Amino acid sequence: MSSILDLDLASAKSALQKKEVSAVELTETYLNVMSSNDHLNCYITSTPEKALDMASKSDDRIYSGDALPLDGIPIGIKDLFCTDGVLTTAGSHILNGFIPTYESTVTENLWENGAVMLGKCNMDEFAMGSANTTSYFGAVENPWRSDDRKKIPLVPGGSSGGSASAVASRLALAATGTDTGGSIRQPGSFCGVVGLKPTYGRCSRWGTIAFASSLDQAGPLTRTVHDAAIMLKAMAGHDPKDSTSANLQVPDFERALTNDVRGLRIGVPREYLLDGMPSEIEKLLEIGMEMLRTAGATIVDVSMPHTKFALPTYYIIAPAEASSNLARYDGVRYGLRIEGDNLDDMYEKTLSFGFGAEVKRRILIGTYVLSAGYYDAYYLKAQRVRSLIKQDFDLVFDNVDVLLTPTAPSDAFAIGENDDDPIKMYLNDIFTVPASLAGVPAISVPVGLSKNKLPLGLQIIGKMFDEELVLRVGGALEGMAGFKSRPVGGA
Amino acid sequence: MSLDKGTVRRVAQLARLRLDDEQLEKTAEELNKIFTWIEQLDEVDVSNIEPLASVTGHSLPERMDEVTDGNYPDRVLSNAPDRASNFFTVPKVVE
Repeated sequence: MSSILDLDLASAKSALQKKEVSAVELTETYLNVMSSNDHLNCYITSTPEKALDMASKSDDRIYSGDALPLDGIPIGIKDLFCTDGVLTTAGSHILNGFIPTYESTVTENLWENGAVMLGKCNMDEFAMGSANTTSYFGAVENPWRSDDRKKIPLVPGGSSGGSASAVASRLALAATGTDTGGSIRQPGSFCGVVGLKPTYGRCSRWGTIAFASSLDQAGPLTRTVHDAAIMLKAMAGHDPKDSTSANLQVPDFERALTNDVRGLRIGVPREYLLDGMPSEIEKLLEIGMEMLRTAGATIVDVSMPHTKFALPTYYIIAPAEASSNLARYDGVRYGLRIEGDNLDDMYEKTLSFGFGAEVKRRILIGTYVLSAGYYDAYYLKAQRVRSLIKQDFDLVFDNVDVLLTPTAPSDAFAIGENDDDPIKMYLNDIFTVPASLAGVPAISVPVGLSKNKLPLGLQIIGKMFDEELVLRVGGALEGMAGFKSRPVGGA
Repeated sequence: MSLDKGTVRRVAQLARLRLDDEQLEKTAEELNKIFTWIEQLDEVDVSNIEPLASVTGHSLPERMDEVTDGNYPDRVLSNAPDRASNFFTVPKVVE
């Protein structure tokens, strides 16, 4: 029997506006399945009263003929976005009890479009992680199970793991995420949902808790590419409160979804084919190439020689920016405070108790690479390599329209696996980090299943501010892949 | 380059993180592995390459230097772990 949970965002929107279902009814359905799936740990905070209040206002507008674009659409919000009056944690103990008195621009934009907030999604602490195992509020479970180890819970990827798992488990119709080095796209691939990282500057960073400010970008996790287009339209836009937010018109992304890829030149960078990569990842890439070729695109072999340096470059730049951004948690103005004998003692106790192991590790890396005597050798050097990585993208886009790559080097792994080896964990982002360093938009679309029957995504990377083409090619790939598999867990 | 325990202790002090001896040892080992891996950047010739700080190429906007927001001390202080009238508090710094 079909349920209203089967409706994707675009279909739910149409059902709501045709009054086939009410916003309150849709929201109640989601709130019910959220409470019966607590074990997945997708949400740190659920906000049922707020959700029903927002839904009822959406119903009023729909019935009076003033429906807003997202009226009645129940969504999850990554707990990195500040929400006025609602606990905001960044997945960390250090923000203990923090209740913002303001709303992030991205969430404000969503509420102004009529969206309904179901709650705040779990995430890796301060968005640092690729498995959602670093959250102070516990690991998130992926609703998918591996065919060969059906009893073992798997990670949803990270850092937007709660958001991705919620969308895959049908505990939200869509969710917001943030992506600094792959934190939307990699969980998208692990959970079999669409994850879109827009161009740096497309969405305002105001009110989003900072990790690495030159890389952080908000974007949607959704069931379909069409849903991603609708969500991005609502989230994006110029904001004077973020000086790096782009002062550009937001296109009507839905209109870009023509599925027509005829005549497009699609580059496949040979540096993304790694030695020792599982053969099923390479096979998936070949399937993607064949689909796009059949649809009339030309596949072009391209070279981006600095690709392999992207990850070590990222692990200088991101921790450096993080160590600076996280210096604000001092136990004085908000969050956790552990009293001490003097000011320094209070700072040390608060930070040492409030931050988890991965966050401390990155603060130490960042402090070291910015410290006197090492700044030039590490930080400045990394910024110069970042120029070369960006140049690779500029040059390749003279020759091709978009790039096609795998999203992640594997399918989802077990909770706890890779936790004791930071570098192994960092390698999860090997295919997503280059686009982050260059600032260009990229989408992960579920294309197939691994031999263990777990979802695998492919990534489409586009030119700066060309989300339209990224969505068009992503939509075409989605249509041809026809990914219809459903996880065993969730609603 | 290898990070000894002394260097890690100094960096931790700069970051105001407290690590006991055992943690120092473990952290030094982990950071050494990470920096050894990062050293592959030595292969890249970056002479005459400018450092990249902004990806969009947009110039930062300017505005008049004037107060545009504020005057709500209660909102600003609402999350303070400890406050005294309209002030945040810290342990006594000057005797």
